[in-house]
Amino acid sequence: MGSLQLKSIRKAYGSHEVLKGIDLEVKDGEFVIFVGPSGCGKSTLLRTIAGLEDATSGSVQIDGAEVGHVAPAKRGIAMVFQSYALYPHLTVKDNMGLGLKQAGAPKAEIDKKVNKAAGMLSLEPYLARRPAELSGGQRQRVAIGRAIVREPKLFLFDEPLSNLDAALRVNTRLEIARLHRSLKATMIYVTHDQVEAMTLADKIVVLNAGKIEQIGSPMDLYNRPANVFVAGFIGSPQMNFIEGARLGDAGAKTIGIRPEHMALSRESGDWKGKVIHVEHLGADTIVYVDSEQAGTITVRLFGEHRYAPDDIVYATPMVGSMHRFGDDDRVLA
Amino acid sequence: MSKARNSIFRTGFVHVALIAYTLVSLFPVFLTIVNSFKDRNAIFRAPLMIPTPQTFSLIGYETVLGQGDFATYFQNSFIVTIVSIALVLLFGAMAAFALSEYRFRGNTVMGLYLAIGIMIPIRLGTVAILQGMVAANLVNTLTALILVYTAQGLPLAIFILSEFMRTVSDDLKNAGRIDGLSEYAIFFRLVLPLVRPAMATVAVFTMIPIWNDLWFPLILAPAEATKTVTLGSQIFIGQFVTNWNAVLAALSLAILPVLVLYVIFSRQLIRGITAGAVK
Repeated sequence: MGSLQLKSIRKAYGSHEVLKGIDLEVKDGEFVIFVGPSGCGKSTLLRTIAGLEDATSGSVQIDGAEVGHVAPAKRGIAMVFQSYALYPHLTVKDNMGLGLKQAGAPKAEIDKKVNKAAGMLSLEPYLARRPAELSGGQRQRVAIGRAIVREPKLFLFDEPLSNLDAALRVNTRLEIARLHRSLKATMIYVTHDQVEAMTLADKIVVLNAGKIEQIGSPMDLYNRPANVFVAGFIGSPQMNFIEGARLGDAGAKTIGIRPEHMALSRESGDWKGKVIHVEHLGADTIVYVDSEQAGTITVRLFGEHRYAPDDIVYATPMVGSMHRFGDDDRVLA
Repeated sequence: MSKARNSIFRTGFVHVALIAYTLVSLFPVFLTIVNSFKDRNAIFRAPLMIPTPQTFSLIGYETVLGQGDFATYFQNSFIVTIVSIALVLLFGAMAAFALSEYRFRGNTVMGLYLAIGIMIPIRLGTVAILQGMVAANLVNTLTALILVYTAQGLPLAIFILSEFMRTVSDDLKNAGRIDGLSEYAIFFRLVLPLVRPAMATVAVFTMIPIWNDLWFPLILAPAEATKTVTLGSQIFIGQFVTNWNAVLAALSLAILPVLVLYVIFSRQLIRGITAGAVK
């Protein structure tokens, strides 16, 4: 149980419009990720769903019921915050049980649910501690546990991994993916990190400047970006954008080719150019080439390659890997 | 190496300056206390001397504790100060929370209006206050003093506390809302414990002018039953003759309660429980 419908959600602070008409449908059990650059309105949208902000207009429905004027605690949601937001004066156990206690649940039931959630997140040894005595990763697990205990219809995550270091981020990401599989709950997750978005989501919603640019599965967005923004936002290193006219394609304003869809050769190829910089990452080698036809392009090669600056090389785009965009920056059929 | 020597020189200089300032600040207190234990002649003949067996005398304390109703005066000062601090902290924190947490029309104007109170001394309104108290039949009551001191302390309290409350994480308050805490519960149980050091600062800043005030007790509550310590010790200061022993003894005694309150509040200043709340 936990579907969500957003209908033409608008949010304005004075004359500044943050959300410009968001329509979205989330099905029960889906893992949906809002992704976009900072200031695109993704956190505001999440807060609107949670009821922490009121939409200026539009409707929010959870399980078919309008919740526009329902208090956050009564919406059947739970939220995990970037800064953990644990209650500093309460123990881990009380932190996790506070929501149920406020709702008037009997003590035995609270204990049972807290213990179950603590078991799922291996937090049992820390139940009596206060947040100050925990490490960052443990604190975020407590915050996730606090959400699980409430057994919400919707889990809301607001950049939950941003404060963790790289290694911990991968572990916690796996943990969240595992939780989603075992709880089969609907989750909505906000992040600016496209790796998190690509690895966790069933469905990604790309937001930019208060509008939805594209909704689709991770591979949809990667293989069939609807416009230049999505093409540039998904994928790292960024897609190469070349003016259509430079490549003799008068029909398209911009042509996009992903760096990994290019071949590089010292002998022959389509675009001749000079290497300006090389990044060796072990698994990948990223070569920046200043080419005569296409300008500066990025090429991502798998494995190690011995290119050095000032080498003369030929870059060739793979067949069928070009994305053509029209004058309105939308993809051409 | 030169860096280390430089920093020793610098910390040394800082310490010298601080120690000098401490001595300057403590000197009058020291003088008051030392002289309160001497007889009248010794106070005038050698004011800087510490009491010797020849000059030691408790005459000042005997006068103060014997003559005049000093227990009542102390009690009055205590009631007025403690109740005023409590009201200033309660209402100041609530107003600060509203100003920092909620977006409403006139928020900034309200904040500025309250801040004006810091710049305009409340004594300018003494005549109007006296008329008001007469009309409300509150002259010669401790209530009159408490009301005035609460009004006097609020602007600074709101100003300081609203700045601190802005620093309390929004996520924490929102987490409370999602867990079903009321706005009052969020204020009392989440926000107040986190701004406790700021509350202690405000308490200290509020307390000292109230305890030391002579103006309003003299005007609003000069009756024997409502005299405060500062007003009470005035009986020893005459137009022609001043009983210095008694004045100094009264002042020495008056330092003690403030000192105790200060120690209590400064404990709070040091203790911070913010650690681990966020990040």
